[in-house]
Amino acid sequence: MAGHSMTSTAAPVGPQQHIFGFTKAQFVALCVMFVALIVAPFFLYPVFLMKLLCFALFACAFNLLIGYVGLTSFGHAAYFGMGGYIAAHSAKVWGLTPEISILIGALLAGVQGAIFGWVAIRRQGIYFAMITLALAQMIYFFCLQAPFTGGEDGIQAVPRGNLFGVISLANDMTMYWFVAAVFVICFLLIHRIVHSPFGQVLKAIRENEPRTTSLGYRTDDYKLVAFILSATVAGVAGGTKSLVFGIATLTDVHWSMSGEVLLMTLVGGLGTVFGPMIGAAVIVAMQNYLAEMGAWVTVIQGFIFIACVLAFRRGIVGEIANLLRVRL
Amino acid sequence: MDEIFGIPTPLLFGQLLLGLINGAFYAMLSLGLAVIFGLLNIINFTHGAQFMMGAFVAWMLLNYLGIGYWWALILSPLLVGLTGVILERTMICQLYKMDHLYGMLLTFGLSLIIEGVFRNEYGSSGMPYRIPADLAGAWDLGFMFMPVYRGWVVVFALFACISTWLVIEKTRLGAYLRAATENAPLVQAFGVNVPRMITLTYGAGVALAALAGVLAAPIYSVNPQMGTNLIIVVFAVVVIGGMGSILGSVLTGFGLGIIEGLTKVFYPEASATVIFIIMVIVLLARPAGLFGRA
Repeated sequence: MAGHSMTSTAAPVGPQQHIFGFTKAQFVALCVMFVALIVAPFFLYPVFLMKLLCFALFACAFNLLIGYVGLTSFGHAAYFGMGGYIAAHSAKVWGLTPEISILIGALLAGVQGAIFGWVAIRRQGIYFAMITLALAQMIYFFCLQAPFTGGEDGIQAVPRGNLFGVISLANDMTMYWFVAAVFVICFLLIHRIVHSPFGQVLKAIRENEPRTTSLGYRTDDYKLVAFILSATVAGVAGGTKSLVFGIATLTDVHWSMSGEVLLMTLVGGLGTVFGPMIGAAVIVAMQNYLAEMGAWVTVIQGFIFIACVLAFRRGIVGEIANLLRVRL
Repeated sequence: MDEIFGIPTPLLFGQLLLGLINGAFYAMLSLGLAVIFGLLNIINFTHGAQFMMGAFVAWMLLNYLGIGYWWALILSPLLVGLTGVILERTMICQLYKMDHLYGMLLTFGLSLIIEGVFRNEYGSSGMPYRIPADLAGAWDLGFMFMPVYRGWVVVFALFACISTWLVIEKTRLGAYLRAATENAPLVQAFGVNVPRMITLTYGAGVALAALAGVLAAPIYSVNPQMGTNLIIVVFAVVVIGGMGSILGSVLTGFGLGIIEGLTKVFYPEASATVIFIIMVIVLLARPAGLFGRA
């Protein structure tokens, strides 16, 4: 990639001990995250927290691609939304349990990611972004017309069902623990992927693709696998969201959703472990508190985009990490 | 001859004409995108919003100042082009040393702001813009009725595209532009004011989008979302054509418009997605695009 790399967040760090693959600072942040996850539902509205966690997971999935491989997908709503539709359909029409519904949604999002990724990685940089956006728009029109998605109405009144067929998720608190568990599992999975030898190759591709190729790695294969993983986790996030709210609609496949997840990741910090989560929290909270301002929310989001690009490219977590000279 | 392949001729030619008109907009917008990308190395996501602004400025000129279509055709691109110059000087110029994608993100943010502001002012239902009296009515071509305004749009868009091509390929200014696209520092070393040329190029690309917007105002309703839905299709058009060649993007634009129109006749369900499907096929067969250089 020419010029500045998309991610310039890495602060200079010396040798340090790792705890479960996390640096010391990251491990402290992880502990804070766990405490926050446990304490938060006693202070904040659980449905709001679940929404936040779904978007945080979506942003983490997106960050896997933009932050660690340097691929800017402008069409991640397609996987998020499709995961939502399929999970909602499985739960409502086929009457499957929530965990199976979400898995089916994620699986289909992954298959879709495999096909789209295979097409999109033929081009780099700006073209990659345009191609993913165009493919996502194709999915949007498909969802608008396909009979099973319910068109403009979406799939409504999706039951949350019983976890493993036993535990009822109708209660918001129970549902919250389920969503939190899904989030933590996927978060740790992404962390594991990024810090595996496979993840090292992904980062090498981000820094210098021709050189990675010259070292004998088939970069296209690595990019495709990363794309599929990212799409699958985005599908998990979408499926979980549709079960939380009992509805899957066109909003989740619309291009503006792709823009939102990009904004969340950018605000939090591209290529940071905790950035996407913080970014999602900021954006979701902003949308919640400013909801009565209507279309002005879009305008504010536009301004945040510009501020991030012009002055604030490290994002919140990136700036903090830079100040503390640690990696977060 | 009332039917071709079992399709009534008026329907077939009507959709062909619609396709040609959409194609005219695809061509003008992808041309502007290609010119901007050539010199600035950014994808101008604001292009759709600037197309919308072109239509809105024409509407405002008519409704607030009583200035009609013909003046709007000149004034609106100038005004919107001027806003483009200001944007380039204040914000976009700070990004040239960075990754291309930051340019896309910045212009995406700008388009959110512009659309949001217009949606707050004018709602999203859309407003009509009357066809100017000189271009009202229709010609009877024997096999179909041809609204005069629609014919005018196709002819004028072709004229605008060919003029742009002539300026870039046949004038001294165009030669500088092509040289700067290849190697900007070298052209600057020869004493050409490259930063000013970049600013003006951006302004010209934006003006072209606004011109398309004015042409579109009497056909589509003038509404804040009219640009975004179009620009995503234009991105696909740009991927199909490749941004290397001016005439290539014009041909691709018109061609895809016609294909889309024909799809509406023969298989309406696919008409919204056909361009994206063609994009996939082209990417599989010729990743660099039909007219692109790898």
